[in-house]
Amino acid sequence: MIKLISVAALIAAMAFPACAQVQVQVDDAWVRATVPQQKSTGAFMRLTAHGDARVVSISSPAAAVTEIHEMKMENDIMKMRAVQALDLPAGQAVELKPGGYHVMLINLKAQVKEGDMVPLTLVVEGKDGKRETLEVHATAKPLNQPQGQAMQHQQGHMPKH
Amino acid sequence: MSSVVRGVLAMVLIALLSACSPPEPPRFNSADMTGVEYGNGFRMLDGDGRERTLEEFQGKVVMMFFGFLQCPDVCPTALSRGVAVRELLGADADKLQMLFITVDPERDTPEALKSYVQRFDPSFIGLRDTVERTAEIAKSFNVFYAKVPTGDSYTMDHTATSFVFDPDGRLRLAVAHNLPPDLIAADVKTLLATTR
Ligand SMILES: [Cu+2]
Repeated sequence: MIKLISVAALIAAMAFPACAQVQVQVDDAWVRATVPQQKSTGAFMRLTAHGDARVVSISSPAAAVTEIHEMKMENDIMKMRAVQALDLPAGQAVELKPGGYHVMLINLKAQVKEGDMVPLTLVVEGKDGKRETLEVHATAKPLNQPQGQAMQHQQGHMPKH
Repeated sequence: MSSVVRGVLAMVLIALLSACSPPEPPRFNSADMTGVEYGNGFRMLDGDGRERTLEEFQGKVVMMFFGFLQCPDVCPTALSRGVAVRELLGADADKLQMLFITVDPERDTPEALKSYVQRFDPSFIGLRDTVERTAEIAKSFNVFYAKVPTGDSYTMDHTATSFVFDPDGRLRLAVAHNLPPDLIAADVKTLLATTR
């Protein structure tokens, strides 16, 4: 099985030479479904950068405004604030999950229904200051998804190098 | 008085005291709020515009949470936790009533609030009132909330503690946002077993 995966990885690496050094891997991207009239929701995922990088912006055609938010508890009060950038230390998985960071989709253009695919565009900046974009498709999970783990994994691709 | 008589009297006194002293107060995983007078005279409108009070939930444990619909994180987590607690209660699931109070009545319409909470469990009730009444109610629970501008919109800071009332409608517990469902279910069982 492991052999098969490494062979697949090798083939993938050969098929997309530009992606041979994919900088950021995205796993388990999901978004919380909404009810009609609900104007915002959160998207979650796991990001692993191969070299030090940071996410400098996220946008989505599904919402008027997309921000990276950090949720914090202070004296039992939940606070969430936009962060300017999200650091991705080399080789370290950074989780965007309930209780920590999330992608905040504000002023949704339509209800997000279970099973919808919400496109997200991440702009990632490497240590050298080079920016690259990453297209991610977040699957809409039920509103009542507790800590939600999307079933599928996906590899982020860097179309522009 | 002889020492024998004194000894006997002491024994009688101890026996009387232990017979009269109330049973050990129950111990909880959540913070014990017994005797704290929060939310007296609580009344609020539900998604259908009907006025709801705590009296109508006599015989049930009520768990109350303050939040808002645009909240991507702690609010759906608190409601999902309520679902998990109900599951852990098994046959007593219907003895737990979840109430979700919006601190964002300007955006959370009654219809949206109703469909939101019922997406978690059909028994859950969303409560909403005017901006002024909401402020009064939150104050009566020492609950904090505030609008925080973000983008061209706003988010809300808010207290993430849940409040639990016993089957007699008295405030008993304050539940931290991260207390796991099994510990809450144990507290609910204790309240069901020790009230009346
Ligand atoms: Cu947020």
